Amino acid sequence: MSADAAFGLNGKVAIVTGAAGDIGRKTVELLLSCGANVIAEDIKPAVDDLAQDGRVVTLVGDCAEEDTAQRAMILARQHFGTVDILINNAGRLLAKSILDTTADEWDGILRTNVRGAFLHSREALRWMAQCGSGVIVNVASISSVIGIADQCAYAASKGAVAQLTKALAVEYGGRGIRVNAVAPGAVVTGILDGIVPNGRELLASFGVKHALGRSGQPEEIAAVIAFLASPLSSFVTGAILMADGGFTAM
Amino acid sequence: MSDEFAGKSALIVGGTSGIGEAAVDGFADKGCNVVLAGLEPDLGQRIEQRINEGGKARACFVQTDVRDEAQVMRLVERAAETFGRIHFAFNNAGVEGPYGPIHDISAADFDRVIGVNLKGVWLCLKHELRHMLERGGGAIVNTSSSAGVVSIPQVGVYSASKHAIIGLSKAAALENARANIRINVVAPGPVRTGLLSRMVAGQVDLDTIAESVPVGRISEPAEIAAAVIWLCSSSASFITGHTLVVDGGLTVA
Repeated sequence: MSADAAFGLNGKVAIVTGAAGDIGRKTVELLLSCGANVIAEDIKPAVDDLAQDGRVVTLVGDCAEEDTAQRAMILARQHFGTVDILINNAGRLLAKSILDTTADEWDGILRTNVRGAFLHSREALRWMAQCGSGVIVNVASISSVIGIADQCAYAASKGAVAQLTKALAVEYGGRGIRVNAVAPGAVVTGILDGIVPNGRELLASFGVKHALGRSGQPEEIAAVIAFLASPLSSFVTGAILMADGGFTAM
Repeated sequence: MSDEFAGKSALIVGGTSGIGEAAVDGFADKGCNVVLAGLEPDLGQRIEQRINEGGKARACFVQTDVRDEAQVMRLVERAAETFGRIHFAFNNAGVEGPYGPIHDISAADFDRVIGVNLKGVWLCLKHELRHMLERGGGAIVNTSSSAGVVSIPQVGVYSASKHAIIGLSKAAALENARANIRINVVAPGPVRTGLLSRMVAGQVDLDTIAESVPVGRISEPAEIAAAVIWLCSSSASFITGHTLVVDGGLTVA
């Protein structure tokens, strides 16, 4: 048995949004190593690098468009016959004081982070409810539960993701579908690229704020996503799993 | 994550029935040697024998009352002598206490529930941490409950003890985060165990409890054990001080 066979994901079909980002890529890699097939979706054409014959089908689209969510479902069913797992990972950060946040910026963050998760969840649940099984994993944040200055739009969006998680867990719990979220602390990714210079170094420097004394790596979040997607977490639903190096225990 | 446990060892306190027994089986199945502690030698020795005969890992039962520091110290010493090092610890010993309103609970019952569920977890943590600090690290999971996250009427002292475990565990996690020791909590909802049956005997039936859970059922002990073992694994390397609620949606509904 390979190391990752323990997750029980062999042959499962997963849609991963935000697949071209660091956490997205690591999630796709881990799901593949567990034997799952993947629809890898991202607004960035770079997602096409992930395509693998018979295992990974890529989709370039805006996660907040209904058409993208519908296309992801159609692609999954065409290529792999079903959808077992949805990973709502696409997300953007805005690091600005409320006084500097424009209405358009607010709408843009809420659109990607919340509307995208809502639309993909809705389209996936339509199918999963017919199957009587399925798993959704949302990527929330420590900003879902604590306040961080200069993150008002991001915090509102991630708080919404956590609440979407709980509401859907209760709504679909009786239909064999589990809905959970992972809430990462600072993770060394490209999420700050284009917002600040040296974003990765900055994210790594936030490590001192975590009890473990370091920031997380994308593969550590992917590992939590795989657990929540797998039968190892068969009685876990509505949970917000803090993968934050002890940040919110303080 | 299946290979990383092979040849290591886990201490499972409250390992002779229910969730703890499922954890003994789960760790052993991955090749992890287990020291299991509990009050009842008949149950403990039977599990020890089953694991040893299974051939995947070795097991050793140590009869222990977790309220007694001398016994807990001896348990940790025995575990260290038997397998050399304790990599993982699961502090799961717990009692349900009486069913009834707070104004009817006796001081003796209060002391017994807090003694096992809180002082017992603290004593185990204390001596496991000393061992792990000396040996360079480890991972610990303590058992709370959905009654440690929300409260349940008629089991007030149990609920208080399970809330306290979360506070204790967070402090322990923060104190030891830089020492390569991760400490987390599992908070199970209703599980098909002797504890649940005793807790609600003559008051509520299990079908009624199942209907109150969003997923419409109670869990099996192995489902909780799977979460505990995962928290001990390197897959959970960025998780410490967390309370993983495994309750079929009970506390968010």
